[in-house]
Amino acid sequence: MEPLLQVEHLSISFTQYDRGTRRRSLPVIRDLSFAIRPGQVTAVVGSSGSGKSLLAHGILGILPYNASLEGTITYGGEPLTRRRVEGLRGREIALVPQGVTYLDPLMEIGPQIRRGWRDDRARAESRAVLARYGLGAEVEGMYPFELSGGMARRALIAAAVVERPKLIIADEPTPGLDARAAGRILGHFRELAEEGAGVLLITHDLELALTIAHRVLVLYAGETIEEADAADFAAGTLRHPCTRALWNALPQNGFVPIPGTQPYPGEIPAGCQFAPRCARCREACRSGGPVPDTALRGGRVRCYFPEGGERP
Amino acid sequence: MRHRLEFAGKKCIRMVLLLLGVSLAAFLLMAASPLDPLQTNVGQAALGSMSPEQIAQLEDYWGTNIPLPERYLGWLADAVRGDLGTSLLYRQPVLQIIGERLGNSLGLLLFAWVLSGVLGLALGVAAGALRGRWPDRLIRGWCLLISSTPTFWLALLLLMVFSVWLGWFPIGLSVPIGAAADSVTFLERLQHAVLPALTLSITGVSSIALHTREKMVDVLESDYVLFARARGEKLPAIVLRHGLRNVALPAITLQFASVSEIIGGSVLVEQVFSYPGLGQAAVNAGLGSDLPLLLGITVITAAIVFAGNLAADLLYGVVDPKIRRGAARR
Repeated sequence: MEPLLQVEHLSISFTQYDRGTRRRSLPVIRDLSFAIRPGQVTAVVGSSGSGKSLLAHGILGILPYNASLEGTITYGGEPLTRRRVEGLRGREIALVPQGVTYLDPLMEIGPQIRRGWRDDRARAESRAVLARYGLGAEVEGMYPFELSGGMARRALIAAAVVERPKLIIADEPTPGLDARAAGRILGHFRELAEEGAGVLLITHDLELALTIAHRVLVLYAGETIEEADAADFAAGTLRHPCTRALWNALPQNGFVPIPGTQPYPGEIPAGCQFAPRCARCREACRSGGPVPDTALRGGRVRCYFPEGGERP
Repeated sequence: MRHRLEFAGKKCIRMVLLLLGVSLAAFLLMAASPLDPLQTNVGQAALGSMSPEQIAQLEDYWGTNIPLPERYLGWLADAVRGDLGTSLLYRQPVLQIIGERLGNSLGLLLFAWVLSGVLGLALGVAAGALRGRWPDRLIRGWCLLISSTPTFWLALLLLMVFSVWLGWFPIGLSVPIGAAADSVTFLERLQHAVLPALTLSITGVSSIALHTREKMVDVLESDYVLFARARGEKLPAIVLRHGLRNVALPAITLQFASVSEIIGGSVLVEQVFSYPGLGQAAVNAGLGSDLPLLLGITVITAAIVFAGNLAADLLYGVVDPKIRRGAARR
């Protein structure tokens, strides 16, 4: 199927002031490529600080003024320019943000969902979308501080999907929720995908992501190190040692910790980003430029010696 | 409702304590003043040629021979009954003088207060919304320039430019010189009030604008504005829908807190413009050791400032849903 959103060689960097007035460019996301198809949930999984939220903001064209974006983003077969995304966001492309701070603290929920429209149709729509997410009509008259964490999350989803978007970008929609509530929230995204929308789920929680995602992108130190089918995880057909290590670090898969820490943006080592923590690391991994992104067994991997490839 | 009454009651008790403290402080400062009321008001030469009996009479009049605690308690006992005494300089009841002077100043103060509030809010919102662009730089530069300018200097400057060089406005007083009181028209009064009011509001604008700008910048960098942008809302709509709403609370505080700045500023400005208002009366009372008048003015202005802050607190309860809903639920 024709991809809804195609991101190719996307890089996002910040301009920062380093020691007084010297400016430097801080790369946060480098050479990121993926596609989202209608009806599919694509998860981007990465630990905090790997630039996940910026990816969402970059696609929506709402990066902060000191950030710059390179690469191409195509939506519906045409380049998603700044001007085009301004017309699409909120209508065809929707963001579901992280938490209650994304709601205006001094405005009732109803007007926030209606975005200033006051006619009967808008009222009926906002009531319907709230009801869809299990929120009663009385929520319309409540302020964000009167909502529980789960209610706020559902109100945010309601606000995002009231216009029936084709592409939904969910940026960490579950932190602070218990497993059951988080599962319910993710179920809503699965449902939206089944209705035909493309969903980009950005999260740090690999386990939760796997419950609903079709495709999984693993982000490490600003790079995608692997793109895999969700089924590859349980089937043991992963490609990158880092993804394997992340999988094994989950409690039910052995709870094996990964030694070391992820490098900060701006302290990117030569060669492979994961090399210092990798069990399969060899001499060639520690030098040279960035490791190229290569296709392997229906997915993609950024490794010279991927698992299931040539034996180390 | 009960909560709000309780709140108002506590505030009133606090006001009484504040007024007591302020009057005592003013009294002690006056008592510690190096100015001798007799020498100041009668004159060194005249005093030297007087007989001891005459001097004793004058001391009685100015109250310098009464012990300090007795003087203060005497004043306090009368003040509690609503009698603020008689001005020693003007030989009129203090309340009457304050009423008259406040009447002169009130228009000035109100005009300056409203103008600085409205203009400050508008400029601050505009600067914050257009952060980093030329209107912001212009507004910020102007505000910083004005905040670092002393009020009296600005008053002198306006006086020089508009009254002396251009001749558009009179150089002082609140009515034309030599005109009979009942022949003075409203327009003439207005013309006399324009420059002092303008000076007061110009200095008031800058602090309100700068504070509002900071808050506006915070609001525009907030998560909820990011979400509003992600939902396709444009900058003007964001400023009107989310900006003003969230700037309103600090703006109310600023606006009512500026009451004290405006009253403080009026003392200097009225002095420069020889405007017979409350501020000028305060200066006269202070320099002339007119204790009843000074204490009267101090207490009344402190009460006005307190009322301003109280109004801000009460308005918070109306505007902020957290307080409003929280209070309703108790």
